[in-house]
Amino acid sequence: MVFLSYLITGLGLGSVYAIIALGYSMVYGIAKMLNFAHGDIIMVGSYVAFFVLYRFGLSVPVGIILSVLVCTVLGVLVERLAYKPLRQASSLSVLITAIGVSYFLQNGAQLLWSSSQKMFKSVVGDGGISLFGGKLTLSYITLVTILTCILIMIALTLFINHTSTGRAMRACSEDKGAAQLMGINVNTTISITFAIGSALAAIAAVLLCSTYPSITPTLGSMPGIKAFTAAVFGGIGSIPGAFIGGLLLGVIESLAKAYISTQLSDAVVFAVLIVVLLIKPTGLLGKKVSVKV
Amino acid sequence: MKKLLVVLLGIMMVFGLVGCGSKTEDNAPSTGGGDEAKASFKLGCSGPLTGGAAVYGNDVKWAAEMAVAEINEKEGYNFFEFRMEDDEADPEKAPNAYGALTDWGMQVSLYTVTSGAGLAVSADYNADRVFALTPSGSNPGLAHPANGNYDNLFQVCFTDPNLGTASADYISSNTIAGMEVKKVAVIYRSDDDYSTSIYNTFMSKAAEVGLEVVYEGSFINSDADYSTQLTGAAAAGAELVFLPIYYGPAATILTQAAAMTDFNPVFFGVDGMDGILGLEGFDHALAEGVYLLTPFAADAKDDATVHFVTGFEAAHGSTPTQFAADAYDGVYAIYNALKATGCTADMDAATICDKLVGEFTTMTFEGLTGTANWAENGEVSKTPKAVIITDGVYVAAE
Amino acid sequence: MFKKIFDKKHRGRTFSYLMVLVAYVVIEIMLSTKSMSSLMKNLLVPCCCYIVTALALNLCVGLSGELSLGHAGFMSIGAYTGICFSGFFESSITNPIVRLILAMMIAAAVTALFGFLIGIPVLKLSGDYLAIVTLAFCQIIASLINNCYLGFDSNGIQFSFITNNVNIEATGKMLLSGPIGASGTTRISTFTVGVVLIVITLIVIYNLMYSKNGRAIMACRDNSIAALSVGVSVTKTKMLAFVISAAIAGAAGALYGLNFSTLAPAKFNFNQSILILVYVVLGGLGNINGTIIAASLLYILPEKLRGLQDYRMIIYSLVLIAIMLISNNQKFKVFVEKNTKLFKNKFTKKEAK
Repeated sequence: MVFLSYLITGLGLGSVYAIIALGYSMVYGIAKMLNFAHGDIIMVGSYVAFFVLYRFGLSVPVGIILSVLVCTVLGVLVERLAYKPLRQASSLSVLITAIGVSYFLQNGAQLLWSSSQKMFKSVVGDGGISLFGGKLTLSYITLVTILTCILIMIALTLFINHTSTGRAMRACSEDKGAAQLMGINVNTTISITFAIGSALAAIAAVLLCSTYPSITPTLGSMPGIKAFTAAVFGGIGSIPGAFIGGLLLGVIESLAKAYISTQLSDAVVFAVLIVVLLIKPTGLLGKKVSVKV
Repeated sequence: MKKLLVVLLGIMMVFGLVGCGSKTEDNAPSTGGGDEAKASFKLGCSGPLTGGAAVYGNDVKWAAEMAVAEINEKEGYNFFEFRMEDDEADPEKAPNAYGALTDWGMQVSLYTVTSGAGLAVSADYNADRVFALTPSGSNPGLAHPANGNYDNLFQVCFTDPNLGTASADYISSNTIAGMEVKKVAVIYRSDDDYSTSIYNTFMSKAAEVGLEVVYEGSFINSDADYSTQLTGAAAAGAELVFLPIYYGPAATILTQAAAMTDFNPVFFGVDGMDGILGLEGFDHALAEGVYLLTPFAADAKDDATVHFVTGFEAAHGSTPTQFAADAYDGVYAIYNALKATGCTADMDAATICDKLVGEFTTMTFEGLTGTANWAENGEVSKTPKAVIITDGVYVAAE
Repeated sequence: MFKKIFDKKHRGRTFSYLMVLVAYVVIEIMLSTKSMSSLMKNLLVPCCCYIVTALALNLCVGLSGELSLGHAGFMSIGAYTGICFSGFFESSITNPIVRLILAMMIAAAVTALFGFLIGIPVLKLSGDYLAIVTLAFCQIIASLINNCYLGFDSNGIQFSFITNNVNIEATGKMLLSGPIGASGTTRISTFTVGVVLIVITLIVIYNLMYSKNGRAIMACRDNSIAALSVGVSVTKTKMLAFVISAAIAGAAGALYGLNFSTLAPAKFNFNQSILILVYVVLGGLGNINGTIIAASLLYILPEKLRGLQDYRMIIYSLVLIAIMLISNNQKFKVFVEKNTKLFKNKFTKKEAK
């Protein structure tokens, strides 16, 4: 029973990682860049939700919608101002710019909202369902997190495979030049990708803070790195890969904490990542790229 | 090469900007006071003003600024000139912050806010003969290294070992929430000096007084999830969870514990947990019945505390923590000692240092955090009080 | 002789040595005339460490073309090896300079060994996957050192993992105490040793660059299949660059660790790797002189921004973004090219007259 409860905790955590990893993975698939500022978009989303819900006392849906809106606008803005001028630049230049943006958001948040921690209240309320005569508790927030993650996953897959925008996104990730020749506006498509990724980050933010309620300006960096790892784990650029990678990472982390050592859980997570990459160099579901001479 | 050119250009511009910035800053204080003739004591301090620990640094900064402003008003001129440098709670940056303070001409110091940063500069403070009194650095090594003594370094807050011992003593010898506690779980932060040393002393004292520690869990700074540790404590059947940690993670632990239906232990914290009620968005009901062993309670009703807390809240919109109270006391302790020894602002740091060392080891100081005496080794002796959080306020435990 | 020093091929190398020499002389003069602020004095040794690590990383990223996000891990191994060595032999090797140099040499050797072991799996991957695996190793190293407890007293050396079972007598010394890391280290690093380390690093890198192995490394970077077809062993060549790079970073780590009385393992995390990578990218991939200048300027920048208080990190981040945007701007590139051409033309014309 204790094992099951650790497993469910892991699935809840993994679902959050999966939602964040989707953002990473989509952006990587299309823009071929590691967006290290993604974690900080989550941080901004958390603050917005916090202010809307507790400072202004508006309802939960309004809070989520506003948080999604602000993050979407922020994501697109960052892309337009900082990343778009660097389309032709080396990937390292883009990486450093992303890191600059990440520093900027963190320190800006600290100036605007001070460094003192804020406490978020779960959007679905405390408590949970008791199973097996009270031996196992499923908290509402874990359930909601897992369900949201599955819903997002299904919606995104449908969107990518069955809409024209989705097709455009796939085309851009295959070959930008060819996509442009076929009349696809590459810049708009990339902006849409960033918008979707950032909107997902806002949802992840609300779920994350409902489970782990403390909000600080550096809140996003650790989930950001973990989600990035999850994306690589599943095969970066692949949507089902990000989903599976996130869930697995969450479960491994939770079980490692419980049965190996809380101190070594990070080491275990990263060791598993290394092993997976050695066996499958492009991640669990990643595409095998053959280089032609 | 081109890139390099840009780097150079960019940095030149910023340096130019800073040049202008610091010039205007230097002019500012001199226009402030009407009494130009009297020189001020230069009081320095370093602490985290940016980064993850910034909240502690800012609390100390604001409280020290408040005390300095009060003293300056009382004296009728700028008795103190206060300067706080950012060290990001990083031992690498601490010597830089110390260097910046030395360049400024610091005469007396509030040392560092955090222990790690303090340990990195303790030898410098001692060698340079600058009197330093840390408000919140609680590692014993801040005042005296393992096999020696820094005669000029003092602490306002308790040292960690005291708190661990006192907590184990209190839990074993008192009825807590109507029961005799036998089974205890401990959750501590393993990469924090404060937390681990309280944990270590608590463990040895607990073994001595016959408390059974059924679960030990630890976490590190970057962790945000404590449910694994809580599940472990619940599975081990703990009646009381001892939390020798700061209020930030403690608030999360209380929230996550509330979501567990089958686990209702008593939570017992130490002084680092003070401030939990001031957290924006924290539901006070979650802290109902939590025990705290602390020298400072922001809800105390004595005049000094009320004056300090209302003033602080009015200026910064947040409730002061024990860090702030210790900093406020620290400035006043230095002020009293400077007055008592007749130091003047034209003396150099070493002269002031020698005089203050003599005064501190003999004087008694009445402050927000109780009546304090200092030992030769720089440690403070005060009495911690146990309080219970009831309806969102501290009530003294009998 | 002179021709060889100043010809086109060796101009960069000569400039590097001259630059380091001039900087050293100027700083020493400032130190002896006491005209340097305490703040700047504290920055000297760490700055040397960062220059050396950045050079090591440039060898890996610029020359060999492997993006490593794990150099903070190598620094960390070097730092703790150095600290433990120096702490252990404090009473037997009393001369601090000798002890420091020995500590750095041993740190370099140990880090090279780890570099080799990590290199075996890492170098099988490429591109972003290689980057993430080096990042993973960096996190694992930090996490492992976070759980090591090591001390010694008259009863010998004691070590424990995860839980602290090390009980040291009052006369003994605790070298590593888990997440708190090393504390009470005797600070023996000096600026002169730092400069010597920079010079040695330069000698190693330049000799490698202009050797057969160096050309093989660059060939593997530019086209590994072509390199393979002319008989270059790609794995061996890449490993060579990776191990040398790790060893240099380890030596720099030892110098760094012995410059602070306390050092926590969490210091060497992902952000530290990124910090070093920023120096390399801004200095220019494969550009040795650029790396030295960028590392020193960018290390000192946030400290010089202290006057701006809370705004300094914001400005630092904006400077990063701005430099990247401007240096990749097409119009700016054209502008610079035009002007350097004009300048060059004028120069050559004058000479012709």
